[in-house]
Amino acid sequence: MNPDNAIQTFGLTRYFSKRPVVQELDFAVPRGSIVGLLGLNGAGKSTAIKMMLGFLTPTRGSSQVLGCNSQALKPEDRVRIGYAVEGHFLYPWMRVQDCEAFGRDTFPRWNRENFYSIVDRFGIGTTQKVSWLSRGQRAGVSLASTISSDPELLVLDDPALGLDPVSRRALNETLLDFNDSGARTVLISSHMLDDIERICDRIAIMVAGQVLVDCKLDEFRSRIAAWSIESSTDPGLSGQIPGLIHSHRRTHSWLVTVANPNEATLSALDQLGAVSCESAEITFEEAVIAYLARSRRSDTFLTGARAAS
Amino acid sequence: MQIQIATHSATPIFRQIVDQIRRQVTSGQLTMGDSLPSVRQLAKDLVINPNTVAKAYAELQRDGLLESQQGRGIFVAKKRTIYTKAERTRRLDEAIDRFASEALVLDFSHEEILNRLSSKLEQLTHEPG
Repeated sequence: MNPDNAIQTFGLTRYFSKRPVVQELDFAVPRGSIVGLLGLNGAGKSTAIKMMLGFLTPTRGSSQVLGCNSQALKPEDRVRIGYAVEGHFLYPWMRVQDCEAFGRDTFPRWNRENFYSIVDRFGIGTTQKVSWLSRGQRAGVSLASTISSDPELLVLDDPALGLDPVSRRALNETLLDFNDSGARTVLISSHMLDDIERICDRIAIMVAGQVLVDCKLDEFRSRIAAWSIESSTDPGLSGQIPGLIHSHRRTHSWLVTVANPNEATLSALDQLGAVSCESAEITFEEAVIAYLARSRRSDTFLTGARAAS
Repeated sequence: MQIQIATHSATPIFRQIVDQIRRQVTSGQLTMGDSLPSVRQLAKDLVINPNTVAKAYAELQRDGLLESQQGRGIFVAKKRTIYTKAERTRRLDEAIDRFASEALVLDFSHEEILNRLSSKLEQLTHEPG
């Protein structure tokens, strides 16, 4: 394993009965980075995360986290990892200050000040009962409890689900603070693409159990181009466009997204014989959605941290 | 210094920062010697990844608009020409192409466009053209 990676997987695969949920996953989270794991529900994100953290046994392949085999983590390895699950489970009868005391008694290293500053950022009173809190506030307490145990790596499975805008900003601020300009590592799965665009260094896109994209966010943006094509038939069906990601129907045209466009792409577009074909600007969100929307699985640029190592 | 960024934009965040600082320097809102917030500070204020700010600052330093002074921070640099004449002309032509095509679509006469352009130039540079 490359010591520069906080997490690394080697052909990680998991079947549930006969269905492959995660397939041949080769993926890495470089130390000090904030990595966004994107994908539709059921794409295998949570299953992959559970295997990386040793909560689920892979059918094939292996993974390492902070230099240890994921399937053989000892308690002293586990305290170096902060993991917040979907839904932010907390004991409903506790008050916020009880959650702090509970964390203090549980973890060998505990940062009390950090707990209260995160809770404050989410606008939560310390005497409030957990069962009274909104979903966003529960997320705040759960995040404060996880981060105050002073982990080296933070893994968050869809923490932004159902959060109000104020809590989402507090979440983003807390994660950037935790990362501390590259001192600590974050892996976050999310559907909130504008939050991902703000805070992440790298993204990985999972489609049907496979990682199709794994690169720096800026690189992702610069390697995807789009054309607006006026044509009576779907230009995507021509089968002639190299690097085609997706072809999306709009009122009077098709928005065609392509990875790594080059001379061959341009000449292929030229040969479509379309009424018109002009280059179109697309947002980060549109580029990600293009990947998620395509049902086909095929090769793409996989310039992942693992491939580079 | 005021910088606002938008997600859901066709322009990447680092490019939005570059464009806004560039505009503030050319319009005189930022002048030589003005200090800029540190990478960490601006990232915190905008709630974005610090590497994004670092990338924007690096580009502006490469272009000679900003300079980093060891231990003191980031400042607006003295105006100097770092591109060759040919490169400057190429960049000017590129900007004119975009501007001219948008202006003509709006159905103004050449004279009207030129008048508006020269008063804008005056306003931006405070030099009567």
